[in-house]
Amino acid sequence: MSGSAHRRVVVTGVGVVAPGGIGTKSFWELITAGRTATRALSLFDATGYRSRIAAECDFDAEDAGLSAADAGRLDRIAQFAVVAAREALYDSGLDVDSVDPGRIGSVVGSAVGCTTRLEENYRVVSDDGGNWLVDPGKAVPFLYDYLVPSSLAREIAWLTGAEGPAAMISTGCTSGLDAVGHAAQLVAEGSADVVIGGAAEAPISPISVACFDAIKATSANNGDPEHASRPFDDRRDGFVLGEGSAFLVFEEAEAARRRGAHVYAEVGGYASRGNAYHMTGLRPDGREMSEAIDVALRRAGLAPQQIDYVNAHGSGTRQNDRHETAAVKRSLGDHAYRTPMSSIKSMIGHSLGAIGALEVAACALALEHQVVPPTANLEVPDPQCDLDYVPKVARDRRLDAVLSVGSGFGGFQSAVVLHRHEGTTR
Amino acid sequence: MTATITGLGVVAPNGVGVDTYWPAVLDGVSGLARLADGHAARIGGTVDGGTEGIPGRLAVQTDRWTQLALRGCALALTDADLDPDGLDAFDLGVVTASSSGGNEFGQREIQKLWAQGPDYVGTYQSIAWFYAATTGQISIRHQAKGPCGVLVSEQAAGLDALGQARRVLRDDAQVVISGGTEAPLSPYALVCQSTNEGFSVSADPDVAYLPFDDRADGYVPGEGGALIVIERSEHARRRGVRRYADLAGYAASFDPPPGSSRPPTLTAAIRGALADAGLTPGDIDVVFADGAGTRDADRAEAEALAAVFGPGGVPVTVPKALTGRLYAGGSSLDVATAALAIHHGVIPPTGGSTGAGPSCPIDLVQGAPRPGPVRSALVVARGAGGFNAAAVLTTPAE
Repeated sequence: MSGSAHRRVVVTGVGVVAPGGIGTKSFWELITAGRTATRALSLFDATGYRSRIAAECDFDAEDAGLSAADAGRLDRIAQFAVVAAREALYDSGLDVDSVDPGRIGSVVGSAVGCTTRLEENYRVVSDDGGNWLVDPGKAVPFLYDYLVPSSLAREIAWLTGAEGPAAMISTGCTSGLDAVGHAAQLVAEGSADVVIGGAAEAPISPISVACFDAIKATSANNGDPEHASRPFDDRRDGFVLGEGSAFLVFEEAEAARRRGAHVYAEVGGYASRGNAYHMTGLRPDGREMSEAIDVALRRAGLAPQQIDYVNAHGSGTRQNDRHETAAVKRSLGDHAYRTPMSSIKSMIGHSLGAIGALEVAACALALEHQVVPPTANLEVPDPQCDLDYVPKVARDRRLDAVLSVGSGFGGFQSAVVLHRHEGTTR
Repeated sequence: MTATITGLGVVAPNGVGVDTYWPAVLDGVSGLARLADGHAARIGGTVDGGTEGIPGRLAVQTDRWTQLALRGCALALTDADLDPDGLDAFDLGVVTASSSGGNEFGQREIQKLWAQGPDYVGTYQSIAWFYAATTGQISIRHQAKGPCGVLVSEQAAGLDALGQARRVLRDDAQVVISGGTEAPLSPYALVCQSTNEGFSVSADPDVAYLPFDDRADGYVPGEGGALIVIERSEHARRRGVRRYADLAGYAASFDPPPGSSRPPTLTAAIRGALADAGLTPGDIDVVFADGAGTRDADRAEAEALAAVFGPGGVPVTVPKALTGRLYAGGSSLDVATAALAIHHGVIPPTGGSTGAGPSCPIDLVQGAPRPGPVRSALVVARGAGGFNAAAVLTTPAE
């Protein structure tokens, strides 16, 4: 899928933990029904915070099949990751014992890692911020796992017994797309034959909510949480913080064919660029995101006119939605106006590093079902956002190739192209 | 495509800048010292200085970890004689390693939250603490619009970042700013590390971190690392600049879980990197070992090296004994040190240690530097949890 690599890479399994329901089936039902899973924040008492809305997962570790010991030692993010990866593996039908462990890779993306447990334990050792020199005597085991989030990649490797390359990718809000790109690259270049790759995030904790409050990045539409995430709508006022995880099984195409695997999609291309402009600001022209899209299309061997659906970053901040609209127009030209483009963040919020993997999972499912998920809550179009954002209602459509784009703090811009494994020109 | 290292920006406890660091390594100058009372570690490796050369408005929005990287990056670009303005911005990528992010900044803001309330959390917390802050700030400061990446794999991350930088050079860019730093010496970060039970309990900086020594009782944490300019060989040749070494091989593996009947996989990473470089064990002139500083981990690494090279079959050195373990910065610094060893044709010694103990069947270089030539060096890094990475550096090809 890239200059140096020749092996084709397919997606053979999908696993999801998302707001509104655990599992791929619930996720697909929610986002095609146009239902929103945003609600009043309940994971902690948010009294006194500016934004008190979140897209939370109704997640019970025991119901999800985790042992009490794992639930005890794993941060919420790691619990999500393990459950989503386990579903993806099961869905793929792959017998990992039939693969050389050295040929299985593990890739996890996350922007902020194990913040929930880091914060909970900080409160204990600092006496709620009372002491700068915190007390080692009050520290619990596993704190190091929370400090260094490559512990997440370790959990995924342990799940499968993988002994091939393991990586944790942490590029802020493009982590999910970048983890997918990295996973596919490992297979394409021959460093692994199978990679369990995806991303997770569980950022709904006081410090994360407070830090986005401080820059007014999140929606303060506290009176109407169900309609607070409004990408491309003129009334949008920021993103709604979400959580969750998605994992996919990436396999070398020929090996997947030999074992008779169900193939959701082929990973056509991936690219990432930096805007070198501002840690949180975006230039209105969308040039760098457009460059990432162009390169991903080139790697996929597709012309812009062959893209049938764009899964948008669509975070619902004022500047993002315009930036991204400009970038897609720049890359797809007039075809942009004829191409449906939707944001599932309108329904499941913005789960930072996880969302890119959830969006790629949505793209794989869109190709599978030949359905475009809608943008919920889009009622009053922003005149400067003039593409077809699929307002409120899902759409049946012939989909051969789809594009997912992401944008994040640090200025990172990423693009992933998926297409049907057969019937697509290359 | 060959990737070659043309610039080194060292920010190490025993020296900032190559011209200070390299003589310190050869002379065995240690950067380890007592930390202030009340910390969860007694000894640490601290880097001199703070925000030298960093504009005030950038300094206030960055953690020390990013500041160390910005200093290292400026040094590396100067060392590489590279002015990013002369490049197409899309041809310059940034791929850094991080392990624990913006620790001190994060602790300060979270303290404000819990001691004073949510309104007191500052506007820069959202961009200073997360693991991608350093890559983002370098990209912005040096107008790098090429691929941006951040690899997290504890001590292995520096090699993983270099491996990713090479992919980016193959596919997307002419030059990549890589390597990484760490700043793990703030109070809460140290407490978190201490729960991994790897710290030395010694209060004497001279004997607290003795990799492969039978007296080893743990490691010492340190801050800093190295930023590395790596570029396509033909690009470096066109520019007519000094090339320290080529990144000829890289591979990574992961260990089976504790209690597994399967053996650890470090040898697979080492053999993979050698194969990737098209070399055999006999071609390697020196190994820069991980040197965890605990008896079990050192023995496991020594056995892996003995399995590949034969007992005592290759000189092994651990210059990080003079700096402490810098996590993502440590493996990056080892790459810089290996590149310097190739460039100068001399093997630096393992500081502090008086030699490998009987349980470690390796030829540990200690005391004085050992003369070269050094045509090929293997760098080994192991990250907590089971990450193994290996890189092979070679004399630049003609």
